[in-house]
Amino acid sequence: MTSGGIRRSFTAAATLALASFGSVVHAAPGPWQLNMERGASTWSQVPYHLNNISLAVCTVIGILVFGAMFIAMFRFRKSRGAVAEKWSHNTMVEVIWTTIPVIILVVLAYLATGGLTSWADTTGSQMTVKVTGYQWKWRYDYVEYQGKPIDKVGFMSKLDTQSDQTRQLGSGMDPFAVKVGDESTYLLNVDKPLVVPVDTKIRFVITSGDVIHSWWVPATGWKLDAIPGIINAAWANFQTPGTYRGQCAELCGQDHGFMPIVVVVKSKADFATWLAGQQAQSAAPAAAPAPAAASSTAAPQTSQVAPAADAAKQG
Amino acid sequence: MSYAATHDQHDDHHGAPKGFFQRWCMSTNHKDIGTLYLVFALTMFFIGGSFAMLIRAELFKPGLQLMQPYFFNQLTTMHALVMIFGAIMPAFVGLGNWMIPLMVGAPDMALPRMNNLSFWILPFAFTLLLSTLFMAGGGPAGGWTMYPPLSLQSDSLAYVVFAVHLMGISSIMGAINIIATILNMRAPGMELLKMPVFVWSWLITAFLLIAVMPVLAGAVTMLLTDKYFGTNFFNPGGGGDPVLYQHIFWFFGHPEVYIMILPAFGIISEIVPTFARKPIFGYKAMVFAIASIAFLSFIVWAHHMFAVGLPLGAEIFFMYATMLIAVPTGVKVFNWVATMWGSSMTFETPMLFAVGFIILFTIGGFSGLMLALVPADFQYHDTYFVVAHFHYVLVTGALFAIIAATYYWLPKWTGNMYSEFWAKMHFWNSVIWVNVLFFPQHFLGLAGMPRRIPDYNVAFANFNMISSIGGFLFGATQLIFIGVLIHCAFFSKKKATDRVWEGAKGLEWTVPSPAPHHTFDVPPVIHDDELAHGHVND
Repeated sequence: MTSGGIRRSFTAAATLALASFGSVVHAAPGPWQLNMERGASTWSQVPYHLNNISLAVCTVIGILVFGAMFIAMFRFRKSRGAVAEKWSHNTMVEVIWTTIPVIILVVLAYLATGGLTSWADTTGSQMTVKVTGYQWKWRYDYVEYQGKPIDKVGFMSKLDTQSDQTRQLGSGMDPFAVKVGDESTYLLNVDKPLVVPVDTKIRFVITSGDVIHSWWVPATGWKLDAIPGIINAAWANFQTPGTYRGQCAELCGQDHGFMPIVVVVKSKADFATWLAGQQAQSAAPAAAPAPAAASSTAAPQTSQVAPAADAAKQG
Repeated sequence: MSYAATHDQHDDHHGAPKGFFQRWCMSTNHKDIGTLYLVFALTMFFIGGSFAMLIRAELFKPGLQLMQPYFFNQLTTMHALVMIFGAIMPAFVGLGNWMIPLMVGAPDMALPRMNNLSFWILPFAFTLLLSTLFMAGGGPAGGWTMYPPLSLQSDSLAYVVFAVHLMGISSIMGAINIIATILNMRAPGMELLKMPVFVWSWLITAFLLIAVMPVLAGAVTMLLTDKYFGTNFFNPGGGGDPVLYQHIFWFFGHPEVYIMILPAFGIISEIVPTFARKPIFGYKAMVFAIASIAFLSFIVWAHHMFAVGLPLGAEIFFMYATMLIAVPTGVKVFNWVATMWGSSMTFETPMLFAVGFIILFTIGGFSGLMLALVPADFQYHDTYFVVAHFHYVLVTGALFAIIAATYYWLPKWTGNMYSEFWAKMHFWNSVIWVNVLFFPQHFLGLAGMPRRIPDYNVAFANFNMISSIGGFLFGATQLIFIGVLIHCAFFSKKKATDRVWEGAKGLEWTVPSPAPHHTFDVPPVIHDDELAHGHVND
């Protein structure tokens, strides 16, 4: 459908002025990064290319308009003896500069509509993960995989201890020292990441247990709000195994900046092993107090500053 | 102030009252009330600016150095509320108060006592709002948009809601006054399509204000009853819907954005022809563009909500409607450039700020177009890309226009010329540092830095430090502005002529400088060639 047309026009346009930007796939933001990352899912190309195309269009228009302006400011200066002309109207140019933007906008709208339609289509997914936002952590529940319901696999995911200690006011610890391997993971690492298989259309159903959050992993190409009382849905199909990092993107209280998201994409075989391990763990609750279940019951105790005032109001 | 009564009095009614309290607190004079509005806006600009300095100081490097995250959230919330409702909007009302009667040949505003009331509400509203910072629970910290359920967790909600109610009442009264003045008090011969574009822009803005401020009042009242009176408008536990609030808020919020930029369009449309010595290109197109932007502003609100999970049809509709705004906005920019083409330009400070406005506002418009594309917005939304976008349209857009207008009309207000050297210092420092401040924020957003966070991954360190340095210097630069204003008002020896600028046209330049306490007691006789647009046939 339209996304095929998009891809063709992308390849043409992406080679434009912006070839210098970001052809490297980032799993996490890099220093001096100038442009949006390409992402790692099948759909994440859409915002990336739309970003580049619209930026190129704006750059060209900007050069023309500002160029005309600077020429005018140079040529038509009183100090250079310029005498003001009297005209203040020209139907022909007015029609032209109303029509051309309309044409450009129609093209952009066509591309964006195709990309949006493919994003909104969550049918045919092979896996469902429920994401619930809490102040200030995420909960992941595995609902279904390859047509089979998954029972009792779910856990809380919150900021890793090293980041959490470093980020305290006056901790005296160096954010640059927070690393996993040689990747700087300050505020972008969690105690327990979401694990998903590669090459699988995963449907994320997203909601919240208290205030509004927003689940955003840039590698998927989208963010979607987690809203209490509402279940939103979107999908991602990761192309390469790896670790992809993101953050909450909707102000949700004092620790809004400290509830990252980490998605670990594994090969299908590795994922099956991991899932079997999780299922075995939850099937034998006597062995080790299941940390997931325990923290989930504690989660909804929330307030913006400290448990206070309107606890009665907020469920 | 030095623009007190200057011409020979034949009637006690004509002089400015002598006592300070009588003159300023009991004033019904549009010029004095305009001055009050402008001084108030300037004060708020520095208060809101000091919040911004603290924000940029905390963001100077990764790690928390200065404040707890909750206080940071109070700062971002207060910065927005103070700048939007305390600085930008009152500044435009002040400019409208001062200039609209002068530009249409009216002796004063139509409703002078209401004018006094609508100003004097504001200091109380902002005292109420700012006082929350010193209360036990702290100030509002849920963002200026006050999204529930988060905003309902704040102890200061009631104070904020009442402050917003007061600001709304003030704005609505101001808008009624401006509409009544423009529609009823124009001098004979000042037909609607001969009015300056600034007056047109304010007429349209005033209708926007009347249309949307009650909507905001309704939304925040529902927050209040949800928190204190057991209603469940936005509480899903009681059958309510948090997204409903966002729809109501942005139905106010998007026209509000244009309330802050349409008068700026008007100002630029006055300044560019003056210093280009050439009539504005496409006067009617300019007026219709403002009107169509105002109309479109009512049907684009959900583009602030692309990530809340709207149905596909709604996302497509709001995307198309938003993109459509680029057309009239483009027409305005093209018309300003066409006004410059074939002109005879000089670059005094008002013109410099106007040129800066056109270029930098257009950059903000470009990022706005990019944000309109829903799939791309899924990445941009709630990142620093958005922060960069709206600061380009509000700081280098609305604020630059206000500063341009101040330099443009300051000689008329004070009777003195400002220091052109220091004003140009102000401009060049502003225009350089504001770009150092906000341009890198585009990169931060694209790289994935969310907005409204007090701390960030080290990958964002470089551009944040650059942005903070730009912020501190942009803030410091504004002290030059204060110096120029004080010098001009009280110490400048250089007297302004009545016309002030060689290419200035319009009724406001026919009264003496400084403008006497009362002007146009007798309606002026309008000569079309003295008006900027009186003899334009398009």
